[in-house]
Amino acid sequence: MDLISFYIFGAIAVLASLGVVGQRNPMHSVMLLIVSFGALAGLYILLDAPFTAVTQIIIYAGAIMVLFLFVVMLLNAHTEDDLPKTALGPRALRIGIVLSLALGLEVAFALSRLGLTTFSNDPGTVSAISSVAKIGTQLFTTHAFAFEVTSILILVSMVGAVVIARKES
Amino acid sequence: MLPAFISPNVVAHAVLIFIIFNCLVLSAAFMVWMERKVCAYIQDRPGPNRVGPEGLLQPFADVIKLLFKEDLRPAAADTFIFLIAPVISAATAFAAFSVVPFGTETTLFGLLSEPLRLEVTDVNVAVLVIFAITSMGIYGIVLAGWSSNSKYSLLGGLRSSAQMISYELSYGLSLAAVVMLAGSLSLREIVTNQSGYWFHVIPKWYIFLQPIGFLIYMTAGVAETNRAPFDFPEAEQELVAGYHTEYSSMSFALFFLAEYINMVTVSAVATSLFLGGWLGPVLPEWLGWLWFLLKVFLILFFYVWMRWTLPRYRYDQLMEFGWKWLLPVAVLNLVVTAALVIWLG
Amino acid sequence: MVSLNHFLILSGVLFSIGTVGVFLRRNVITILLSIEIMLNAVNLTFVAAGRYIGTVDGQIITFFVMTVAAAEAAVGLALVISLFRHRETLSPEAFTSLKW
Repeated sequence: MDLISFYIFGAIAVLASLGVVGQRNPMHSVMLLIVSFGALAGLYILLDAPFTAVTQIIIYAGAIMVLFLFVVMLLNAHTEDDLPKTALGPRALRIGIVLSLALGLEVAFALSRLGLTTFSNDPGTVSAISSVAKIGTQLFTTHAFAFEVTSILILVSMVGAVVIARKES
Repeated sequence: MLPAFISPNVVAHAVLIFIIFNCLVLSAAFMVWMERKVCAYIQDRPGPNRVGPEGLLQPFADVIKLLFKEDLRPAAADTFIFLIAPVISAATAFAAFSVVPFGTETTLFGLLSEPLRLEVTDVNVAVLVIFAITSMGIYGIVLAGWSSNSKYSLLGGLRSSAQMISYELSYGLSLAAVVMLAGSLSLREIVTNQSGYWFHVIPKWYIFLQPIGFLIYMTAGVAETNRAPFDFPEAEQELVAGYHTEYSSMSFALFFLAEYINMVTVSAVATSLFLGGWLGPVLPEWLGWLWFLLKVFLILFFYVWMRWTLPRYRYDQLMEFGWKWLLPVAVLNLVVTAALVIWLG
Repeated sequence: MVSLNHFLILSGVLFSIGTVGVFLRRNVITILLSIEIMLNAVNLTFVAAGRYIGTVDGQIITFFVMTVAAAEAAVGLALVISLFRHRETLSPEAFTSLKW
């Protein structure tokens, strides 16, 4: 049952990501990426991480993608782009795809030599991982400094984004 | 014979989900009728009273009329996104209701081997699930506005989605304060934490511990569902009809269905978080869902009452209120709640 | 039985797809989207490894990665808007004035 769910969600994620990279219309790329994020949230639930799954939907699919969507609509970016007309010509696309396939196969080969590593299923481990209280405790005690720095980072990026995108008038 | 995994419990659960779904759709129809009747009485006229007794069959007549209308589609619209936007709105509206509990466990008078909980499902991050699905509902509106390829729709869609995003912050902060009081993200546990009485008279509901939080939640909820007085994006006088200008027939019906079901979800979550869910004085515990329905109905009546009484906010007033007033108050509420929880234990 | 290997291979595949997008697309917004795909692949690796080891550290790192991705997307898109105002195009070919 877990295996079937993994393959279904994994296939959706891979196909949607291929669609993002291959689509001409940026609006459709954004929509397909949202589908890919949904599939990843399903995979996180398979991994007994419901908090990460829900946070993925809230932050990525619910906020970052809305930002992308607004920018695509604002810039009216339904301009299609042809195959790269750089100095290398369209041959670059084919070589690039072959090299990326090689990268992917190499990674898969290296990982498959890892030996089978199954997840432990004892309920103690599972409840320790999926409890939100434990994540909160760890965040606010062991990683408190990183947490505070991240909040300052978001504040800085918010102010910076407003300043950079402002019309100069 | 049936396969082994189709046990009576699974069948009962499936029947329960079917009943919940149908009740949601019927509640949207009921809301249509209630809105028109309350509006009429506030405006000192009878309201719909021809179709069925007291006009109760009026929503069904409306749906049949909408079904027979022509399904228009603007020529320059992006067809796939144009078709999928109302589906996203309606689907997220239904999905957000899936983690709301409305009663204790029941064994159907001993017919089932193990007790059946009265909910679709309950996860241990239920409050966050509602928040996440509500943020996905924005896509229906913004995509509808964009794909209609018309300036009224685009303006309405952008305004509406900007309003929803702004008020989501206060919404989440008021939820966080309640979660701090209850110590759990699961809605069922939050409701069961509110059982009991102080001095045998006052029920231990969180509205008495978090009055400001309740007001913040209701304000943000009204703004999230694009209802008056925050319904500027749908203002008939200014924007024709906002993001659903170019929609007709069933797509239009889907947007309206989504709006009413969002209202029902906000009311149901407010009932679970602040008003004690299915807990109530006189009835036995297994009839708690009657109390739940009564409380949800009261909040929905308040929604409709507010729409036809209060004037509409202007858009810049709306955004200024959300960012400059509601958000600081929500943060302050959270900080004060945290301090009190730590201090009083 | 699903094992860690499954998740690592899937994450590797997603990362490669993101790399293809970054190198080969001629639209700045799609390049940013491909970067998001790569970040998600890394998140999946962290959560899977955390599940295998048995701690919540994987999810905490994921939390920080998501936050940093949000900040980076905001600033990146602001830069895209600002660049678009200058050259009226979204192709990275137009912004080559710093090349030697």
